[in-house]
Amino acid sequence: MPVISATAIEELKLKAKKLRKDVISMIYRAASGHPGGALSALDILIVLYYTVMNIDPKNYLDIERDRLVLSKGHACPALYAVLADRGFFPSDWLDFLRKIDSPLQGHPDMRRIPGIEMSTGSLGQGLSAANGMALAARLDGSRRRVYVILGDGEIQEGQVWEAAMTAAHYRLDNLTAFLDYNGLQIDGWIRDVKSLEPLAEKWRAFGWHVLEVDGHDYTSLLEIIDRAHFHKGAPTMIIAHTVKGKGISFMENQADWHGRAPNKEEYVQALAELEK
Amino acid sequence: MTEMMATRDAYGQALVELGRQMDKIVVLDADLSKSTKTALFAEKFPLRFFNIGISEADMMGTAAGLAASGYIPFTSTFGVFATGRVYDQIRNTIAYTKLNVKIVASHTGITVGEDGASHQALEDIALMRVLPNMMVVVPADGRQTYQAVKAVARYEGPIYLRLGRPKVPQVIPAGLFFELGKAQLLKEGKDLAYLAAGITVKPSLEAARILESQGIDAAVVNVHTIKPLDEELLLQVAKKTGALVTVEEHSVIGGLGGAVTELISEHHPVPIIRIGINDTFGESGTPEALLKKYGLTSENLVNAGQAVVQKKRQLSC
Repeated sequence: MPVISATAIEELKLKAKKLRKDVISMIYRAASGHPGGALSALDILIVLYYTVMNIDPKNYLDIERDRLVLSKGHACPALYAVLADRGFFPSDWLDFLRKIDSPLQGHPDMRRIPGIEMSTGSLGQGLSAANGMALAARLDGSRRRVYVILGDGEIQEGQVWEAAMTAAHYRLDNLTAFLDYNGLQIDGWIRDVKSLEPLAEKWRAFGWHVLEVDGHDYTSLLEIIDRAHFHKGAPTMIIAHTVKGKGISFMENQADWHGRAPNKEEYVQALAELEK
Repeated sequence: MTEMMATRDAYGQALVELGRQMDKIVVLDADLSKSTKTALFAEKFPLRFFNIGISEADMMGTAAGLAASGYIPFTSTFGVFATGRVYDQIRNTIAYTKLNVKIVASHTGITVGEDGASHQALEDIALMRVLPNMMVVVPADGRQTYQAVKAVARYEGPIYLRLGRPKVPQVIPAGLFFELGKAQLLKEGKDLAYLAAGITVKPSLEAARILESQGIDAAVVNVHTIKPLDEELLLQVAKKTGALVTVEEHSVIGGLGGAVTELISEHHPVPIIRIGINDTFGESGTPEALLKKYGLTSENLVNAGQAVVQKKRQLSC
């Protein structure tokens, strides 16, 4: 497992507070967006972009970089906050999320934003693209890795399972997928809309190496990603148990916060909570 | 006798040659490699061939990921599965991203034949044509397909290449080379022009010959690139002839006829008759029987040619 000190973990936690503020501020200014799923996926992105992935914001098209596909494209405020903080583009771009002429589109656009590896937004398509990137890495004889983050509701899309079969068939062990399992989709609890369970068994039956983790615990995430890297002969699915709206009390576990922006009052309260 | 060759066979052969020349070319198929002829490439370059199984949506996304990593993926299946079935995948992950993915449909149009309506793509050109960044190419014969595949491989960006199942005769003269976006004036004429694509070029040439014996001078243009249209040549022909017949093995809505009508009505209105499938699904039958039943014959094109000239004369009265 990568050597990471307790101090480093504390730094990541501080970083998370700053980035959560960025996410909320961005969506507040845009007056639209998806805070719930952005906040549930943010800690996974933090671990990947600050400790795990081989990336260089100054040379962001380097062929040997690791790739991340945010298949649940609506969570992009989290990715935008991370990419800006890592220096892929100026932080003031965040002020113009979803505005006319802004590079920061409502869903990620690889042609406008440095660091976005695949345009996403129409659910169910990111894993296929990630498979293609993993096949390309293998053809290149490269050790670079591909990461993909799927929404839990998203895997109700049939294409995900086509792609799951492809990844297993081609033994894409250079591919690590995360399932942001916050349990909610737009119309409510997933178990009520269309249940995913038994979830781990499904992915295992499709030939994947499956791990489960608390998707907000950095030490556990690092340990589990390390295990994924060492597993040979199959892709790894990390089922990350998360909380929709994580970090903002009134947004947590509320389907209503899937796709709405905070008003002034809610915004002030959210920031105050993050200051604590 | 004219040499017969299916455009899909020419595709398979061209891929093998390209595989030798360009190491970034990869080929994906969805369990139809023997029919699409990508099996030829698979045999020569097994490491650069990916059979994705009967998962067309996944195939398109996988191709996008390969293209985003610098490869030049050719994806192949039948026209119905290569377009409508995977429309959102193509729209969002290939066209919007402007990724260098080549979508090659081996079985399209009514001449798919016995498999019937479920397998006869008659709306695929329309679907692909309305997508920004997407180029649409329909070669006329085997040799032209061979040249087109090579041009497509060297062009950077998404392309829909529409091929066909049956063996077809060579109609494009050997010395006339394919160039993306450049329509080919195969026969000069002053009374009307047939604007044809794919297998309908041949009956258009035949119709022009028959009309010649009746004293009507018809031009024939091979519009192998339907998007972008060769506006310059088409307007020039419209101005010279003043009467057009579009001919395609596709719905008269949204395909070549649609594209030409949009162009001509905006820039140089002249009478147009659109010959193609008249807003209906296909059915089972031999390709020959179907072409006859659905009016894609030289006889029917002669009638259309006479009618459009008549229209022109009425308008000028």
